[in-house]
Amino acid sequence: MALTIGIPRETVAGEKRVATVPEVVEKLIKLGFKVAVESSAGDGANCSDDAYRAAGAEIIDGAPQLWTASDIVFKVAVPTSAEVELMREGGNLIGFIWPAQNPELMQQLAAKKATVLAIDCLPRMLSRAQKMDALTSQAGVAGYRAVIEAANVFGRFFNGQITAAGKVPPAKVFIAGAGVAGLAAIGTAAGLGAIVRANDTRAEVADQVKSLGGEFVKVEYEEEGGGGGGYAKVMSEGFQQAQREMYAKQAKEVDIIITTALIPGKPAPRLITAEMVQSMKPGSVIVDMAAERGGNCELTEPGQAVVKHGVTIVGYSDLNSRLAKQSSTLYSNNLFRLTEELCKTKDGIINVNMEDDAIRGLTVIKDGEITWPAPAPKLPPAAAKPAAAAKPVPAPAHGHGAGGTPASAGKTAVIFGVAALLFLLIGAYAPAAFLGHFTVFVLACFVGYMVVWNVTPALHTPLMSVTNAISSIIAIGALVQIAPPLGLLGGFADRPDGWIRWLAVVAIALTAVNMFGGFAVTRRMLSMFRK
Amino acid sequence: MSASLATVSYIGATILFILSLGGLSNPESSRRGNLYGMIGMTIAVLATVFGPRVSAAGIPWIIGAMVVGGSVGLYAARKVQMTQMPELVALMHSLVGLAACLVGFANYIDPMASLNLSHAEKAIHEIEVYLGIFIGAVTFSGSLIAFGKLSGKIGGKPLLLPGRHFMNLTGLLVVIAFGWQFLHAETISAGMIGLTVMTVIALLFGIHMVMAIGGADMPVVVSMLNSYSGWAAAATGFMLNNDLLIVTGALVGSSGAILSYIMCRAMNRNFFSVIAGGFGTGGGKPAKKADGDAQPAGEVVAISATETAELLREAKNVIIVPGYGMAVAQAQHSVYEITKLLRENGVNVRFGIHPVAGRMPGHMNVLLAEAKVPYDIVMEMDEINADFPDTDVAIVIGANDIVNPAAQEEPGSPIAGMPVLEVWKAKTSIMMKRSMATGYAGVENPLFYKENNRMLFGDAKKMLEEVFVALKT
Repeated sequence: MALTIGIPRETVAGEKRVATVPEVVEKLIKLGFKVAVESSAGDGANCSDDAYRAAGAEIIDGAPQLWTASDIVFKVAVPTSAEVELMREGGNLIGFIWPAQNPELMQQLAAKKATVLAIDCLPRMLSRAQKMDALTSQAGVAGYRAVIEAANVFGRFFNGQITAAGKVPPAKVFIAGAGVAGLAAIGTAAGLGAIVRANDTRAEVADQVKSLGGEFVKVEYEEEGGGGGGYAKVMSEGFQQAQREMYAKQAKEVDIIITTALIPGKPAPRLITAEMVQSMKPGSVIVDMAAERGGNCELTEPGQAVVKHGVTIVGYSDLNSRLAKQSSTLYSNNLFRLTEELCKTKDGIINVNMEDDAIRGLTVIKDGEITWPAPAPKLPPAAAKPAAAAKPVPAPAHGHGAGGTPASAGKTAVIFGVAALLFLLIGAYAPAAFLGHFTVFVLACFVGYMVVWNVTPALHTPLMSVTNAISSIIAIGALVQIAPPLGLLGGFADRPDGWIRWLAVVAIALTAVNMFGGFAVTRRMLSMFRK
Repeated sequence: MSASLATVSYIGATILFILSLGGLSNPESSRRGNLYGMIGMTIAVLATVFGPRVSAAGIPWIIGAMVVGGSVGLYAARKVQMTQMPELVALMHSLVGLAACLVGFANYIDPMASLNLSHAEKAIHEIEVYLGIFIGAVTFSGSLIAFGKLSGKIGGKPLLLPGRHFMNLTGLLVVIAFGWQFLHAETISAGMIGLTVMTVIALLFGIHMVMAIGGADMPVVVSMLNSYSGWAAAATGFMLNNDLLIVTGALVGSSGAILSYIMCRAMNRNFFSVIAGGFGTGGGKPAKKADGDAQPAGEVVAISATETAELLREAKNVIIVPGYGMAVAQAQHSVYEITKLLRENGVNVRFGIHPVAGRMPGHMNVLLAEAKVPYDIVMEMDEINADFPDTDVAIVIGANDIVNPAAQEEPGSPIAGMPVLEVWKAKTSIMMKRSMATGYAGVENPLFYKENNRMLFGDAKKMLEEVFVALKT
C-alpha cells in the first residue's frame, strides 16, 4: 500500500519555508507515494494550495488532521513538542532535528515509537550524499541573502563606476569563513562588482575563493584547520592571536563584513570585537550569519539589525525565510533525493536500510529506538587520504611549452656528460663534410622539438599525417639516382643502370603515394575541424 | 637550373616545412600549414627534377612513377574513413620505410655515390647506408604489422614469444657483426651479403617488435613508427649528402618522438616498457593480487536509454568521454546528434579527450571533427578534469582504462599513477559498454561499482540512437 507523505504548515514564528514545493510533489507521486499538504502550508513560499492540488496533492485543513493522515511527515524547522504530540504512533518524520541540541525532543519522538531521519545528521563526506545535503543548499541560499541584506543597508554602489558626476569606488567586502555560505556570499558580492576578500582557517579553500572571484587573505600562522566533514575546528591560541590581528586590519579597510564562522557543537567563534566595529568607517555594514549561535561579532543582536558606532550590524537568523521560495525548492529537492534513496523500488514504500551509510547516518531514531549518534561511516576520509597521498603527482604540463618537471641535477649532468663524450668522438674522427651535415641535423632536431611542442593535442592525427607526407621527401633521394647526368663525370662502365633505375622508380612511386595521399588526407581532415 | 639555385630552393622548402608543422598549433592556422607543406614539397621536387643531378632521360620515368603513386595516394585519401585513419597512417609509414630501403640499396650499388671519397668518408658513407637501410626496414615491417593490427587483420593481443628479449639481442649482435663484415667488404657484391642478412633481420625485428605490443599501446607504436620514418629520411639524407632530407627527416623524427613521449606519459608508462611489450609484465603480477583483495564494493546499477535521456534532459553540464569503442561502433555521428539537441536546449555539452583514447594520437578529435562537433567544445584532459565536480552527467562511450579511478585510488594497481579523466566526480556518470569486461590493461574498473555510476549496456551506436529518440520526445 502506498504511503502518504504529509507536508504540514511550519508553525515556528517567522518560518516561511515549506518542506515540499508543488514541482517536487509530482516527482514524489511518480515514486508511488500519495502526498497530503496542509492548507496554506506554502503561502510563505509563494506556493498556493491550487498549485499543490494541480500537482496531485490532497489539501487537508488543520494540522491535527494532516498529521493523522500522514505516514511520513516532511518538515523544515525542528518540530515543536506540540507538533510531536500530533504525530501518529510509529510514524515517520524527516526534517531538521539537531539531536545534540534537542535531547528532550529526541525522547519525545522515541516515546512515539517514531522513525526519524534528521537531515542535519547526513554524513556529508559521502559524495553521493551531496544531493541530499540540505545544510549545504540552505547555507548557499543564506549566503546569497546575506549579501543582499548588506547591499540593502549599505549606502553605496557595490561596483565601482566612473560617471559624469565623478568616480565611485567599488565596495570592499570581507567574508569570514569560506564554507558553503561564505562561498555563496563571495560569488554574489563579486557578481555585484565588489572587491571581495575572504578568509578561512582551512587553507585548502583558497582556490575555491579565487575561483569565485575573491581574494584569499591568509593568516600568517601555520596550522591545519580542517576538522572533518567540511567544518573547521577550534584553533590554537597563537593562531587566534594572528587571526585577530588580521581581522582588525581588515575591519579598518573594508566597507562590509559578512561572517559565517561556525564550529559544530560549539558557540560561534568571536571574530569581530567591539573595538574592531569602532574602527570601521561610518556607514559600514556587518552581516553576522552566525547570530543564532551567539554571533561572530561581539555587538550582534540576534534577529535584529542594529546600528552601533555608525556601523549597521545585521543579525537576522531567518535569512532562509527571507528567500523562502528558493530555500524551499532546494530543500524539497534534497528531501526528494533522500526519498529516492529510501524507496529504490519506486512503489511508494520506504525502506530504512541501516546498512546504507548515508541512511544510517541520517536515522536518529528507528522505531522508537534512539540510534544517534551513528558510527562513523566506513569508507571515505581515512581511505581516500592515504591513497591521495600515495598517488604519484602526475606531471601536469602537456602539449604546450616545456614538458614535465625539470630533471634532477644528477640526471642532467649524466646526460650532458654522455652528449659531450659523443660529440668529442664525432669531432675526433668524422671528416669535415660529415660535420656540416651533422650540425644541420642536430639543429633541425631542436627546431622540430620546439615546433612540435606547440602543436595542440587535438591536431595530433593531422600532425602525423602531415609529417608522413613530408617524410616522402625521401623521393629526392630516388630522384637524383634515376638518371644522373653521367656525361659530366665521364661515365661508369660498371654502373648497373637498369637496377638502379627500377629501384628508384619504385621508390618514387611509393613516396608519391605518401606525398599526394598524405597531404590530401590532412587537408580533408583539417577542413572538418570547425568552430 | 644551377646547383646554387637548387640549394636555395631546398632552403625555401625547409622553411616551408617548418612553417607547416608550426601551423598545426591551432586549427585556424592548420589549413595554411598544410598548404605550406604542399608548396614546400612541390618546390623541393621541382628543384630536384630540373636541377643539375637529373638528366632529361629520367623525366619520363619520374612522371610515370609519380602519376601511378600519386593517383593511388589521392584515391586512398579520398576513400578512407576517419575511423580508419590509424591504419592509413601506419600503411604510409611502411611505404616511407620501404622507399628508404630501396634508395639505400640503389645508392650502395651505385659506384658514383662513393666516388672521390677518402677512406674515412667512405666508411662513414657505408655506415650511413647500413643504418639507413636498417631503420627503413624496421619501419617498413613494423608499420605493416601495425597496419594489420589496427585494421583487425592480425589479432590485437600482444604476441609474447619466450625469450624475446634474448632474440632481439642476438639479432642486434648479428646485425653489428655483419656490419663489420660489410664495412670491410672489398667489392659491392661481397658487401651485399651483409646488407641482405641485415635487412632480413631488420624486417624480422620490426615484425617481432610490433607483434609484442597490444592494441591500446598502439598510439605509442604509431607515433614511434612515425618517428622512425623521419629518422630513415634523415639517414638517407646523410647518405646522399642532402641537407634538405636531413632537416626534414629530423623534423619528422623529433615530431614522432615527442608524440611517443606524450602518449607514454598519458599512460604513465615508460617508453621501453611499452616497446618491450605486454602489460603488467614484471611488476604486474603482485599488483594483480593486491587488486583481488580490494575487490570493489558496491553494486552495478544498469540504466535504460530512456532513463539516460531523462538524466540528460535535467542536466546543465554534460561531459562526454569517448574512447576506442566509439570508433569501433562508428557512433560519432549519433553522439553529435545528441550533442546538438542538448546544446539547442541550453545544456553545456563538452567532450573530454584523454591523450591515448583511440588507436593513434588525436584519433578522437578527428572522429568528432568528422561528425561536425565544433572543436572549441572538445577539451583536453587537463583542461576539463577540474570541471567534473560541477558536471551533472558524464557519459563514457566505449572507454575503460582512461576513466578508471583505480589509477588514483589504488597504489597497487597496474595502472596506478596513470592520469585519468575523473568522471566519477560528476554527479552521475554513465558508462556505455557492451559488457562488464575489463579494459586493455586487464584491470577491474571500480567505477562500475560507484554509487553515482550507471551502466548502459549495449552497442554504443544503437544505444545512442535510442537515447536520441527518447530525448526528442
